[in-house]
Parts: sequence; C-alpha cells; structure tokens
Amino acid sequence: MNLTEAFRDADLARRMATTIATEVSPHRRYSLMEFCGGHTHTLARYGLEQLLPGNVEMIHGPGCPVCVLPGGRIAAGIALAQRPGVILCSYGDLLRVPARHGATLMRTRAAGADVRMIYSTRDALAIAQRHPDREVVFFAIGFETTTPATAVAVTEARRLGLQNFSVFCNHVLTPPAMSGILAAPGGVAVQGFIGPGHVASVIGSRPFERFAEQDGYPIVITGFEALDLLQAIRQLIRQINVGRAVLENEYRRVVSREGNEKALALIDEVFTLREDFEWRGLGRVAHSALRLRDDFACFDAEARFALTVEDVPDHKACECAAVLRGAIRPEQCKVFGTACTPDNPLGSCMVSSEGACAARYRYATRGVPRAGTEAV
Amino acid sequence: MKGRRDFFPPLDIGAGRIELGHGSGGRATAQLIEELFSAAFDNDWLRGMNDQASFEAPPGRLVLTTDSFVVSPLFFPGGDIGCLAVNGTVNDIAMAGAKPLYLSASFILEEGFPLADLHRVVQSMAVAARAAGVAIITGDTKVVERGKADGVFITTTGVGNVPDATRIDASRARPNDRIILSGTLGDHGVAVLSRRENLHFETELRSDSAPLHELVAAMLAVAPDLHCLRDPTRGGLAAVLNEWARQSDVGMIIHERAIPIRPEVAAACEFLGLDPLYLANEGKLVAVCPPQSAEDVVRAMRRHPLGRDATIIGEVRADAHRAVEMETAFGGRRLVDWLSSDPLPRIC
Repeated sequence: MNLTEAFRDADLARRMATTIATEVSPHRRYSLMEFCGGHTHTLARYGLEQLLPGNVEMIHGPGCPVCVLPGGRIAAGIALAQRPGVILCSYGDLLRVPARHGATLMRTRAAGADVRMIYSTRDALAIAQRHPDREVVFFAIGFETTTPATAVAVTEARRLGLQNFSVFCNHVLTPPAMSGILAAPGGVAVQGFIGPGHVASVIGSRPFERFAEQDGYPIVITGFEALDLLQAIRQLIRQINVGRAVLENEYRRVVSREGNEKALALIDEVFTLREDFEWRGLGRVAHSALRLRDDFACFDAEARFALTVEDVPDHKACECAAVLRGAIRPEQCKVFGTACTPDNPLGSCMVSSEGACAARYRYATRGVPRAGTEAV
Repeated sequence: MKGRRDFFPPLDIGAGRIELGHGSGGRATAQLIEELFSAAFDNDWLRGMNDQASFEAPPGRLVLTTDSFVVSPLFFPGGDIGCLAVNGTVNDIAMAGAKPLYLSASFILEEGFPLADLHRVVQSMAVAARAAGVAIITGDTKVVERGKADGVFITTTGVGNVPDATRIDASRARPNDRIILSGTLGDHGVAVLSRRENLHFETELRSDSAPLHELVAAMLAVAPDLHCLRDPTRGGLAAVLNEWARQSDVGMIIHERAIPIRPEVAAACEFLGLDPLYLANEGKLVAVCPPQSAEDVVRAMRRHPLGRDATIIGEVRADAHRAVEMETAFGGRRLVDWLSSDPLPRIC
C-alpha cells in the first residue's frame, strides 16, 4: 500500500462514518462549511456526504478561485486577449467562466484571440521567451496556494530581463474571505469550519486561529483525502458537542503553524495588499487580495495596459452569491440543472469542478436517500 | 512508338517535405501514391490505380463506418496517428459484432509536412492493417497550405460483415444485464497527454491501441446474444454508459472497486485533475450482456490477450431518470454524468 492509498482505506472510512454516526446528537443539526473547493470536490467525488448522518450537512464555501472572480475581471481579461499582439495565458478552468452575455475566454479564442491554457507559470515564461515580438500576459488567479508560483514567474521574468511578460493579478486571500462570510448580512448558519489544507500549508495554521478564538467557531484544518475529511468532520462534531471552539490541525503531515517561510517571503517580495477587492458572492472585501508591488510595476498588466475593471452584474437568475455564502444549497437555486448546467453555466459555481454547483450537479445522485439517521 | 519518359527523381523520404504539388493531381501526386501509399499498403486494388475498388459482397449484413483522426501529437508512446486510424475504424466495425474486411484512407496533408513522418505514419497503418487482417483498398490525398492543418489528418472508412442473427445495439440494455469491461481504463488518454508540448511528463505508460474484432469474436462464440458493445474512445466509459442508458431507457450502476485502473493512470489523473472514467481508450471495449452469460463471456475474454483483465464492473437497472451512477470505494454513490466541455482536446 502506498502513502495515498493509506488515506483511502475504505474499511477505515466506513468505521469512521459509523463512529461519527454514534457521536452525533440526534436532536441537533450540524452545519459545517468546507471553505475550500478541493474539499468540495473530494466530498462529491467519493460520495462521502452519503456516509454521514442525515443531520450533518456540509455547506460548500467560496474556496474555488474561478468561482469567486467577478465578471468584471473576466471581462477585463477578455478585453486584454482581444488586443492585437497579446497572448493571454491562463489555467484551464478560467477559460469557460462567463463574463457578460455568455462571453468567455474560450469563445474569445474561438473568435481569433490567442488564449492559451497552461499548467504552470513556467509555461507562460517560456511562451514569452519564444515570442519576443508579442505581449504575453498571465491571467493569475488563485488563493495563497497558487500565489507563490506567480511570484516565482515575476522574479524570473525580472532576472531574465523579459520585456514582454506581465501578470494580470487576481490573487485573493483566504482569511479575509472567511471574515467576509461571517460578516455577511444575516450571517451564515454554520457551526464549524473545515480549514483549507493547502492554503494553510503556505500561510500556516496561525492565521486561522482567530476564527476560533475571536469568532467562536471550531475549525479543523485538514487534507484532501477521504479519510482526512471524515476525520475533520468527526473532530468538528466532537468540539460542537462539548461547546468548544479551537483550531485543530489534522493536516500536520503538511501544515505547520508558521507556514512555508520561503513561499511567504517570496509573496511578500512581489505582492502587496489591495485596499479592497470585489468577490463574486461576497461583494467588496477589505484587504482581501494582492497586487504587484510598485517595484514590479512593469510586470503588472493592469498598469501596463491601463486596464479598467467594470462592474459586471451576475446573471439575474443566478444565485451564485447566496450559494458561495452558504445561504442556500446549489439545488435551491431556481436555474440549477435547468438553465444552468456545466455545459452552459450561467454562474461561476457551475464552471469549475470545485464549484459547489458543478460538484453537486455532476456527482450528486438523484433520488437516492442518504444513509444514516432521518433528517431533522 | 515508344512513350517519352522524363527523368523523375524518386521521393526523398529522408529529407523531403510535402509540397502543394503533391496534391495537385499531377505527376507528383501519382508519385506520392505509388512510392509511399501503394508501396506500403500493397494490394491488387491499389495496383490497379482506379478511383475506386470493387469487391464481392460477403454474406450477412454489411457494416459501414467512418472516422477522422486529428490526434496531437502525431506520435506517442505505444502508437501514432497511423495505427490509430486503422484500429479505430476496425474497432467501430467490430463493435457491431462484425468482421472487418476493407478500409479506405483519406489524407489531408499540410504543406511542409516531413515525408519521413508521413512514411512512418503510413508504415504504421500498413502494419496495423496487416495485423487486423484488413486491406486498405482505396484512398485520397489532399494537400493544404502551411498553417491550414496540423501535419496530417486521416479519415478511414471501413466495411465489414456480420451474420444476420447478431443484433448488437445501443438500445438493447435490459435491467439486470451485466456490464463488462475488457481491461484498464485511460492508458491511451494519459500516454497521449504525457507527450503534449505543454505537459511533457515521464511515464512508462503506452497507448493501448489495438484491433478488438478477435476479442469480440471470442465473446460472441460463447454468448451470441450480446446486447451492447462499444469501445470507449472519446468521452471514455462515462460517455458510453450514458449513451446506452439513454438509448435503452435504463439506469446503470458501476462499482469503483471493480474498475481496473493502472496506478500510473490514477496518479496522472490526480495531478492533472482528470477522471479516468472520461479518458479515451483505443484498445478496450465495454459490453452489456444477459446475467446468465456474463461469467462465460468474462472467461472467454480472459483467454484472449486483449481481454486478460476483463471483469464485470456493474449492472443495468430500471431507472426512469436513466442515471449512470457509481458506487464509490467508500460505499457512497455518485452520478457519472456526460463529459462537459473537453479537458483534452484531440486525443484520437
């Protein structure tokens, strides 16, 4: 058995599910939010929610970078791609996110723009080196997990003296988004959080302590294997049962309290906080995103191309905003699975497989009752 | 009077390239056909240099299929566009339970395409056709300007014959039928991806490209009443099962633990964020058969080299929603939907 298989031991998973079922109080409802889209995907991919008792509900948070990116920034990326001479590079999922009137980077490419899907920022640098006569822009998205890779690309571009490379920076920060959720009007009916393991591997577990200490929510940082998630759910239920609210780190094989110092230093060298940033679903959240430092302004596509980011309202019928806040479940949205499907997404949550709606649509069984106790 | 015979140098297969003239219909075209295509596929029909091939119609029903191949890259571990173009069409015929007989091959070549690469592709087609026992008996060549194609696109059309009694059809899946898979999923998809320009990664994995008609014949010998048969190419196993569910108006349930997947395919899927159920295969088949013959079919398949890992992976059931579901290794269930969009363009 290799290392990953050990975390997918099905017998152990079933035993753990049984333990969870014996530990939940039948008279109470447990609403737990997994912040991170990677966790949403694991839950759906393995059908884990059906192993949980009926009164344990997982609420899918906004931790999917393409889902929270507002239409205005996609529209700005599309406008960039349409400029003559520009090669726009981006991670795959972003290509299908709709901006306005169904415009996407994919359709922009079909109409003749040079939009390229890359797997690594190094690919974008290589393209810039191969095409010195073209402007190569990397459409950077992601939480703290993908930010170090962008920082590496920028410092590399400076070292190589690349004149034709820039970054359209849309990197966002997790802790301010979690604060944003808690501060949303009406709040959220969540009793505990599953903390994002990969984000924490970069920034450490310490930035999440305040959600337990100040806001009073139990939080368990965990990994992305099925057993990681079940274990985190059990730990949260135990805390809720006894009225505790502390941060627990279930992902110690990867996450330390202080995080990855090298990555953090690199992020700090290249990026600085924005005053605020527009999130789909959360609105403007203060100090929740990064931009390039003035030192690196020549690599900042927003400055280089004098980009303006307009407000692009979400589709009228789309309730991604409420879904991202955990206010409604995906299937409670009127257009879920009808006008809005993964093939033709109206809202961003339906685009990425980590998006709450796409994960629910793609994997949730229809009409199959959940195992365990009756719903309360 | 003796005809004038100009000196015409032979094709420079080592260093030459496709030129627009090779598609003009003139002497360059004739030379390309003669020295490259006919030389490799060599048979009486091609030697006749007609614009068509005629043959006796065999008994039973005729089966006709056509498929275009635009794979990128052209050469990948375990195969190339050439063997794919032969095996792909042979398999489409075989999935009717038919014996493949003849192929046509049509080439769209890009100006500047190295003759050495074309030669390699054509040789690969010849080897695959011989191995499958089919003859490539007619064809066509067009050349487009540089930039208007991607090296070479190939379309093959195939003819086969099937006994009147064999009725394999996408609409014949019935509740309680068993779903059988001939081997590991995703080998071809990952092998091709591993050689993508922007994604190069090291793997021992090879494409599974292979002709499946003999395996099908072995299955039909023990279970003449096979209900459905398909090679899960583009869209993978998920697409095949969803198509059958729709055509047969049934649901399907498959069991994750039963589905054979190589560790290297599983690993590649994890780091690329892909699902092996959606990956293309070029030498695997999935079948639906009545429950009473399922074990016999699996045993017969395992005796054939291309069916060594054959196994029952699930069942057909009555379901008004026509849902395809998978019981996960953890005992949970999830929907196996159609592939939406295309995570891996041009894999076959």
